[in-house]
Amino acid sequence: MNDHWIPVGRLDDIPRQGARVVTTPAGDIALFRTLDDQVFALRDRCPHKGGPLSQGIVHGRRVACPLHDWKIELDSGLAVAPDQGCAARYPTRVEDGRVSLSLTPDTGCPNA
Amino acid sequence: MARMKLVLVGNGMAGVRALEELLKAAPDLYDITVFGDEPHPNYNRIMLSPVLAGEQAVEQIILNDRDWYASHGIVLYTGKRVVRIDRRERYVEADDGTRAGYDRLLLATGSRPFMLPVAGADLDGVVGFRDIADVERMIDAASRYRHAVVIGGGLLGLEAANGLKARGMDVSVVHIADWLLERQLDEPAARLLQRNLEARGLKFLLGRRTAELLPGTAEPGAGGNARVGAIRFKDGEEIPADLVVMAVGIRPNTALAESAGLRCERGIVVNDTMQTFDPRIYAIGECVSHRGVAYGLVAPLFEQARVCANHLAEHGVGRYQGSMVSTKLKVTGIDLFSAGDFMGGEGREEIVFQDPGRGAYKKLVLKDNRLAGACLYGDTLDGAWYFELMRDGTDVSDFRDRLLFGRHHIGDSGNCGGASGEEKTRLLSMPDSAEICGCNGVCKGDIIQAIRDKKLFTLDEVRAHTKASASCGSCTGLVETLLAATVGGDHSTAPSRKPLCACTDHTHDEIRAAIAGQGLKTMAETMAALDWKTPDGCGKCRPALNYYLLCAWPTEYVDDAQSRFINERAHGNIQKDGTFSVVPRMWGGLTNPKELRAIADVAEKFRVPEVKITGGQRIDLFGIRKEDLPAVWKDLSDAGFVSGHAYGKALRTVKTCVGSQWCRFGTQDSTGLGVRLERMTWGSWMPHKFKLAVSGCPRNCAEATIKDFGVVCVDSGYELHVGGNGGIKVRVTDLLCRVATEAEVLEHCAAFTQLYREEAHYLERTAPWLERVGLHHIRARVVDDADSRAALAERFRVSQIPAQADPWKARTEGALKREFTPLANLA
Ligand code: SRM
Ligand SMILES: Cc1cc2nc3c(=O)[nH]c(=O)nc-3n(C[C@H](O)[C@H](O)[C@H](O)COP(=O)(O)OP(=O)(O)OC[C@H]3O[C@@H](n4cnc5c(N)ncnc54)[C@H](O)[C@@H]3O)c2cc1C
Ligand code: SF4
Ligand code: FES
Repeated sequence: MNDHWIPVGRLDDIPRQGARVVTTPAGDIALFRTLDDQVFALRDRCPHKGGPLSQGIVHGRRVACPLHDWKIELDSGLAVAPDQGCAARYPTRVEDGRVSLSLTPDTGCPNA
Repeated sequence: MARMKLVLVGNGMAGVRALEELLKAAPDLYDITVFGDEPHPNYNRIMLSPVLAGEQAVEQIILNDRDWYASHGIVLYTGKRVVRIDRRERYVEADDGTRAGYDRLLLATGSRPFMLPVAGADLDGVVGFRDIADVERMIDAASRYRHAVVIGGGLLGLEAANGLKARGMDVSVVHIADWLLERQLDEPAARLLQRNLEARGLKFLLGRRTAELLPGTAEPGAGGNARVGAIRFKDGEEIPADLVVMAVGIRPNTALAESAGLRCERGIVVNDTMQTFDPRIYAIGECVSHRGVAYGLVAPLFEQARVCANHLAEHGVGRYQGSMVSTKLKVTGIDLFSAGDFMGGEGREEIVFQDPGRGAYKKLVLKDNRLAGACLYGDTLDGAWYFELMRDGTDVSDFRDRLLFGRHHIGDSGNCGGASGEEKTRLLSMPDSAEICGCNGVCKGDIIQAIRDKKLFTLDEVRAHTKASASCGSCTGLVETLLAATVGGDHSTAPSRKPLCACTDHTHDEIRAAIAGQGLKTMAETMAALDWKTPDGCGKCRPALNYYLLCAWPTEYVDDAQSRFINERAHGNIQKDGTFSVVPRMWGGLTNPKELRAIADVAEKFRVPEVKITGGQRIDLFGIRKEDLPAVWKDLSDAGFVSGHAYGKALRTVKTCVGSQWCRFGTQDSTGLGVRLERMTWGSWMPHKFKLAVSGCPRNCAEATIKDFGVVCVDSGYELHVGGNGGIKVRVTDLLCRVATEAEVLEHCAAFTQLYREEAHYLERTAPWLERVGLHHIRARVVDDADSRAALAERFRVSQIPAQADPWKARTEGALKREFTPLANLA
């Protein structure tokens, strides 16, 4: 259960196969929208050298970091092997075309 | 849904590779059972030679240990030989009665050594060279006996002889032909090889036929069978032999398939999807015959494995169309490479280099100005390059004169194209701490360790695991050399077709042809028509498709921002801290106080942390936050600037020198011409970045001869140079032609640019493109044929109409606004 849903905008505000950023006091969070309209949120810092994942190319359930092309799994925040590392993942919810976000990460990444 | 059952018969290199590919593509489709008659899990058969020579241990060559099978839920039966296939009831049965049912069956039974049918072939101490058991028998013999005879002077025979010699035996090689490796080398090269091996103590008996193997006096082995003691030739001569290794050829293991009624010729007959005559039964590896060819090297077998896995995964798209193969000999200290038709003959031309003193020999065979074969001895570093030229069918007429001297001599310098002979020696003697990849700081030791520990076979795998050569690529040659030195063999050989990326089996050219030929106008349509394996591609294919569609349908295609790399999507270069740089266009490098003032104002207003003159004759503003980009652009736009596309696979800069306006040597108005060229070409999207320059005289201050299109003004007009490259691999341009007027310069430039746009692969600059297609081809289209030139230039003009809308202006007017603003601000 998660009682702290924060509305952040409409689904249509995020481009398909793209991302938008939500700024928070604790740093940026990237909200990704896949081709099939799933929404995922990750901390906007690549586990490699901190690249802004929100700026990468979204394909399938992955995003390719714009700086050195690591691939990160959107649904887990994990780097695709053989790379290793993870970006903290935040719960999202889409209801009636509105997106809300919880600021409590649900994975225990060291860089959260 | 119940999973289907897949049974693999033959736990060897091809079969297990197919399983690995299958598990990647469809991890949950099958319950998998594997039968192998050897007692070991899958190992690298290629490396039996170094194991025999004592350079590696058996444990080091295991590719998939038992844990691997277990972790993928694969049932593995080792030491069990499948003896029957029941195609009606669909199960296989092993020699001990074990049965397994299948929905799909994969036969990868490999082959076995051909044993000469001479008297005495069944004596103890007569062995083939195929598996770990053979190697163990040889190692054991080497510890107890003295005389070894290897029958067969092919690759396998020589590797066996070398290994046995290394283990202290007295080794003679008997060969029926007049020179060694007659299927890989011509006679001069083979003589050099023989001389080298003789210097190591091997003896050769060439042109000799074996008549009989004779028992010796050693006490009989465990089975009560007598041990071999000598070999007798047809001419009656006898020599002592306590160990005889038969390496005269291999025979595909087809008995099982034949007994099941599957059609076999030289191997199990398969079609392009690797199916036998029973569509439920697939076959790959040395046991098959594809289009009448049975392969005996791993590179083609791995290609077969990939296609087969693709079909097993029910992606159903790949086709195997045969392979071109090359060979190397894995004897430490001997470099030998051969591929294609190296013997030459009718209708062929030969280029030969011979330096017996240095032990070097190179022979290239040309047919219709294309490389048909190569045979190298001594210095083989260009082998991979020659192989590529053969595979791509490159027209070599433009650099024929330098072909023999290798890639280095056609402007491909640095460590890019593979290290030269000396560089290779230097590389191998370097300490493990030596840095190989300057971009990613990867050392030699890291690379070798990753290759060993992770069982890496290909350059791509090394790149994925170590990042070496994964960035700028200039150390590719060094990494390939390390790969070859560490794993031996030629299994890193490039596949004979290169698909665009893992999402498709189609090549760049096939995709471009389909887009134009089938009238594919959107990315979704293209992916559907060409059986893309992923729902929406990846970061590699989407930008390529976006470009190909844009180039094919310039006035119709709607650009897909989400398929562009961030720099092109945000019209600036992303920096390591996530900020962007802004480079306004300065036509031909010209500027004036008003423009400089406007830039100064922007720099102050937005507190730009760094302002720098670029190597492209313009000004770069660094450290701009993404949110500020539209405002920065607005100010620049108001002052008359447009985007400099410093971020794009696009027309970048047109460098100019002062020219006849001021310079005492200038012959033409190089600055003015540069401006006109830039006005014509700016905004154009390209396969890769594209740079121009115009110099006012042959002193060439604008460095026009390392640009994609360079103009050198001369008294009588203009020299047009193409295909130059600074950067990673410096390449000097080739002279395209000379023209008399500025109008002609502009037309030739437009036509050349358009030909490159229409034909190059995405991310291929003009230099490699030109080397691939040949200057001849470009001249034919752009210089010799005026109609073709005019048509190309016209297509370029048309595509420039939509392209020359300034993206910065569009963004300041609100286009794609959300790209530059946060979705929500919770701070
Ligand atoms: C800014 C500049 C350096 C400078 O301060 O002078 C520069 C900066 C970059 N260059 Fe360059 N190159 C710059 C002139 C050059 C030149 C010189 C020239 O054009 O005369 C070359 C060699 C000439 C050539 O291209 O043949 C050059 C060869 C490269 C290469 C290697 C290209 C190659 O084919 O080997 C790369 C890497 C690439 O493109 O993949 C590269 C890539 C880059 C990138 C885009 C790296 C990146 O991906 O982030 C740098 C972007 C920095 C930024 O944010 O602006 N840059 N780069 C120059 C911009 C010129 C301009 O006004 O647009
Ligand atoms: C010493 C040596 C050096 C080599 N060097 C090179 C090189 O440098 N470069 C190169 O490209 N290639 C090289 N090769 C060739 C390469 O190893 C083979 O092309 C490759 O291993 C063939 O793969 P495969 O899967 O078809 O057959 P294999 O790897 O032989 O696998 C077939 C397996 O099936 C088993 N089997 C057969 N019938 C049955 C049955 N009925 N039931 C159960 N199991 C069965 C066999 O025992 C074997 O384990 C070398 C080969 C040898 C022997
Ligand atoms: S191109 Fe020739 S004339 Fe022009 S500046 Fe350079 S040296 Fe002077
Ligand atoms: S920072 Fe993301 S790949 Fe390097």
